[in-house]
Amino acid sequence: MLAALKRLWHKLGSPRWFFALTSFWVSLLGWAALLFLLVGAVWGLAFAPADYQQGNSFRIMYVHVPAAMLAQSLYIGMGVAGFIGLVWRMKLTDVFIAASLPLGMVVTALALFSGSVWGRPTWGSWWEWDGRTVSTLVLFFLYVGIYALREAIADMQLRARASALLAMVGTVNIPIIKYSVEWWNTLHQPASFGLTQKPAMPSEMWLPLLVMVLGFYALAGFVVLTRMRAEILHREGSARWVGEWIAGRRAI
Amino acid sequence: MIGSLLRREWQILRRAKGAVINPMAFLFLSATLFAIAAPALVIQQTSQGASAAGILWTLVLLTQLLALDGMYRRDFDSGLLEQLLVTAQVPFVAVLSRIFMQWLSTGFIIVLASPLLAVLLGLSVETLPATAVALLLGTPTLSLLGSIGASVTVGFNRGGVILALLVLPLFLPTLIFGADLVEAAQAGRDFMPQAYVLGLISLGALALAPFATLAGLKISLEMQ
Amino acid sequence: MFTLNQLCCERDGRDLFAPLTLGVAAGDYVELLGANGSGKSTLLRTLAGLHSQFSGSYETVPAVYQGHRLGLDDLLTPVENLLWFAGLEGATLSLDRILDALQETGILTEAYDNCAAMSAGQQRRVAMARWMLSQRKLWLLDEPLTALDIEAQAVASRIIKEHCASGGAVICATHQPLDLTDKTTLTLTPQLAETAS
Repeated sequence: MLAALKRLWHKLGSPRWFFALTSFWVSLLGWAALLFLLVGAVWGLAFAPADYQQGNSFRIMYVHVPAAMLAQSLYIGMGVAGFIGLVWRMKLTDVFIAASLPLGMVVTALALFSGSVWGRPTWGSWWEWDGRTVSTLVLFFLYVGIYALREAIADMQLRARASALLAMVGTVNIPIIKYSVEWWNTLHQPASFGLTQKPAMPSEMWLPLLVMVLGFYALAGFVVLTRMRAEILHREGSARWVGEWIAGRRAI
Repeated sequence: MIGSLLRREWQILRRAKGAVINPMAFLFLSATLFAIAAPALVIQQTSQGASAAGILWTLVLLTQLLALDGMYRRDFDSGLLEQLLVTAQVPFVAVLSRIFMQWLSTGFIIVLASPLLAVLLGLSVETLPATAVALLLGTPTLSLLGSIGASVTVGFNRGGVILALLVLPLFLPTLIFGADLVEAAQAGRDFMPQAYVLGLISLGALALAPFATLAGLKISLEMQ
Repeated sequence: MFTLNQLCCERDGRDLFAPLTLGVAAGDYVELLGANGSGKSTLLRTLAGLHSQFSGSYETVPAVYQGHRLGLDDLLTPVENLLWFAGLEGATLSLDRILDALQETGILTEAYDNCAAMSAGQQRRVAMARWMLSQRKLWLLDEPLTALDIEAQAVASRIIKEHCASGGAVICATHQPLDLTDKTTLTLTPQLAETAS
């Protein structure tokens, strides 16, 4: 049993095996993302009832909330990958970090931007130092830090180790940062109403949100896997199986 | 082993006093700049002294950042760091003693100088003990987490900006609770909860930092 | 004392030299030759545990490592530096032994000067005293003759010879072969050829 698990673990770490395994998942996630995002967007933007206070502007939520959730998940994913990579010296984890870092930055920026656009009609200003906003902004800086670090290190293996270490340290700190920002926010809360603390959203409103969240995560899975596969081809460019794979593609 | 490590740190500190004096000069200079540039915040105390606490902590953060950049640089450039990793029986202890001395030469000095700084920034005399307590509990986190960033960036020619990007977000909780502690003291509220949290964060950093620093130093030493 | 088994150091995914297989016993002096960039320094750093990118395996004992950077604090005197180093190893040295070693490497008169005031060659002499004072059997020396005058080069050769005679082992990367009769030469080559004589 243990031996089998260990073998699976080693297999998981092999880029070639990963590449073969994911060809199916990429297309599945791609189609799922398309389906969920289409359904969720049409449902949320056209059919969900308007908010009794905010009117139609609340619909930005259908982009903002999934983006904010994904932003955090991707960072935590990088932290976990970093931990695995450092402890078990697995090559694939750095491929994952390299693939999710730009996506994470974009999604975090999207969450900040959509939050700002949402804030304009709701709070009357483009930027409010709201607790969640600050947490997301700090998350963005955490992403930028790792990005800058990766840019500064030329050696691929060392770059992998350094960014894994920092992603891990950042992930450990995220809950503490969130907690402290919430504390800070309750002290300095400007007189505004919370957007997400409203009592029970009706299901016509949150069901499309759920679909959108699923869509965002499927899209992230699709993007990360595709980028990972491209990165694997790039890194393993000289391996024989890559040549065979390309030859196979040409034959079709 | 600890004895000889600490003895060397102490000898260096006595021979290169700039490591202590320069950051403190920077701290007081920037406090002066603040008072001149934003008199509404510092001199007139428009929000009942609350902003003084925040300014004080921000300046402490920046001062620490400045000092952190050089934390391992001298040892790295002279090859002492690689001797340390190759030779030390327990590199963990060596790293810990370096962090301790870094704190002693910056954080602890800031604690000692805090009454002067607090008065300069317009905090009331009654809050001086609370300010010192906040700094005493908060500054170790800055040295500990900062050490991680310094260890990873020591191999870069210009690591300063990246160091700031890496560690300033991690300093945020300390900034929030540190400033809030001083503020609570200024307003006459109970500040024990903030003190507990600051202490807990420092303990957490103590558990994390030496291992992460060691990993970071190994990465940096492999860069050449 | 230690073995290399198909050891090949890598840098950024690139193999630096043809795989090495070697066994070194107590008393051996191994001279590491090879062109610039052939991986001599990296091999020594690997054996010292400072470089983790390699294929193959090696088994080694705790070593004294002497890199391009000497590892001397220029704010301290030679005596203080050596005391610090002994402390790292967990050893306590008497002042007499330190001064003896400094005398042997010819730097006794500067024993209480700051290292910052010394020339590169003088600092090298202090580093040589450090090898002698270490309790470790294996020395990994990277270009130890750099910046040394003729007399100091002779001292370095003598120290290395004595260390080997007393049951130690030395691996030394160098461009100037040392004046020792009993040596193993190991040339690092990028091709798949390996010379061990």
